[in-house]
Amino acid sequence: MRNAFADELTKLGNEDSRVVMLSGDIGNRLFDKFKDKHPSRFFNCGVAEANMMGVAAGMAMNGLRPVAYTITPFVTTRCLEQIRTDVCYHEAPVTIVAVGAGLAYSGLGPTHHACEDISFLRSIPNMVVICPGDAFEVRGALRAAMQQDRPVYIRMGKKGEPVVHKGPIADFKIGKAITIEEGSDVCLLSTGNMLPEAIEAAHKLKEKGISAEVVSFHTVKPLDEDKLKQAFSRFKLVATIEEHSLIGGFGAAVSEWLVDSETQAKKFLRFGTPDAFFKKSGEQEYAREVLGLTGHQIADKIIHALS
Amino acid sequence: MNVAVRNTAAKPDVAALKAQAAKLRGKIIEMSHKAQAAHLASSLSCADAMTAAYWHVLNIDPKNPTDPLRDRFILSKGHAAAALFATLAMKGYFPIEELDTYCQDGGRLAEHPPANLLPGVEAATGSLGHGLPLGCGMALAGRIKGENYRVFALLSDGENNEGSVWEAAMFAAAQKLENVCVVVDYNKWQATARSNETLMLAPLRDKWAAFGWDAHEIDGHDVAALAEAMQNIPNGSGKPVALIAHTVKGKGVSFMEDDNNWHYRAPTAEEVVKSFKELGLS
Repeated sequence: MRNAFADELTKLGNEDSRVVMLSGDIGNRLFDKFKDKHPSRFFNCGVAEANMMGVAAGMAMNGLRPVAYTITPFVTTRCLEQIRTDVCYHEAPVTIVAVGAGLAYSGLGPTHHACEDISFLRSIPNMVVICPGDAFEVRGALRAAMQQDRPVYIRMGKKGEPVVHKGPIADFKIGKAITIEEGSDVCLLSTGNMLPEAIEAAHKLKEKGISAEVVSFHTVKPLDEDKLKQAFSRFKLVATIEEHSLIGGFGAAVSEWLVDSETQAKKFLRFGTPDAFFKKSGEQEYAREVLGLTGHQIADKIIHALS
Repeated sequence: MNVAVRNTAAKPDVAALKAQAAKLRGKIIEMSHKAQAAHLASSLSCADAMTAAYWHVLNIDPKNPTDPLRDRFILSKGHAAAALFATLAMKGYFPIEELDTYCQDGGRLAEHPPANLLPGVEAATGSLGHGLPLGCGMALAGRIKGENYRVFALLSDGENNEGSVWEAAMFAAAQKLENVCVVVDYNKWQATARSNETLMLAPLRDKWAAFGWDAHEIDGHDVAALAEAMQNIPNGSGKPVALIAHTVKGKGVSFMEDDNNWHYRAPTAEEVVKSFKELGLS
């Protein structure tokens, strides 16, 4: 996802002279092409995220389209007040791009994990929250963010994740979920970098004769309410899947929607991280296994819930 | 209207500026009394800097408050909103009568400057340490777009407690933002205590200089000196400029000066009359 972001940003920078890149001293060589072409529109803001977010807001309030980028906790929780007050209160069209969402940087320890950011950011007025499911969704989200006039948060995984879409998504729309695989028994609503696990879960379910629809629910705010209505009426089980805390994340947003819209869920499961720091060393695959977030574990739980 | 051409040669009219500062103080006191709102003393200590900025320095047109080429003034110490509201109304950004709605239900004038609501307010402030990062972004936007406007940020001394101020200070110096000027309203008090007994600010000028700024100490009640120093931005140093303005909290009214109770207290009708007398207002 990371390299797709840098590449798409360079393209957008070529097309639109308002696009400015702010980095929190990260992405060594990642932005070389952007820097080469637009040296006056690239800023390494150092390890000073509060200032970076304020600078981005000041730019956006004065006609530019800044992108503020660093590792997820540092570009969200570290400077949360600047996001709330400088960016969102002023409705400044800043695009915040986070790398290493959820447990993508599991091996770096809890300082670098980010399983709370969706919760914080979606509660802020005027903020849009997008969690792309693969590299093409990153490109689509970034382009869509630049084409509107609001603050946007794009929550990316890391680099080298499986690519799900076959090519560029021509009609990527903020707030419009994408059906990846059609099914008829259960519906897996996945947000962000869990999409490959959701697909794996669907394949495992198929082996057991259960037909699963897989949806990349890339926008957590605003929710695609039409898609939710369809999912809860058509399927005997709906599951939300995210690499984020069950408190305040995507599953929580869908739960809120269920209550507020007086929708009756037949069966509803939420997959996400627990209310605990993941303190053990180990890479993302290990962490997912321990937390029951791999495709086969998700499939097992769904089978159990249906039995 | 294009406000790009600025008159750098004009000498400040000292008598007129002093009279204006007194009128501004009177308005602020009146507002504080009517609304029984806090932060009167903080608003009075920066009244001369506000006067110098708005009645001499800033390249602005109240009839065209979003002119891309205007100078930007950010009241980073947003708790002095009364000083900003009174200034903007007196400059004609909105009707002076609207000041009567300060802190009233349903109005535009809350206790801190709002976002996207009131003409002339460049940034919603109130949480300290936000004005300078925003100002740096505004200055860079000007640089990128080839607009040579200037950005002024008025900070409180207590605000210098915030780490984001120093993040922005290092950033502005690295980016050589010579169009940026910080004025620190150094009234030696923060909300509940002496500033230097809370977090050590001194030597404040040296700190800003060490962070890469062209930093100067200045009498924050010498409206002519303030006007000249601010008008001189960019001053040829190639650096952002910090004016450490020594001020007295509650300046202008003897019984409020340097008495930190007036951080929160609002004056009675009788005290308003006494204040007006001292300020030479009727």
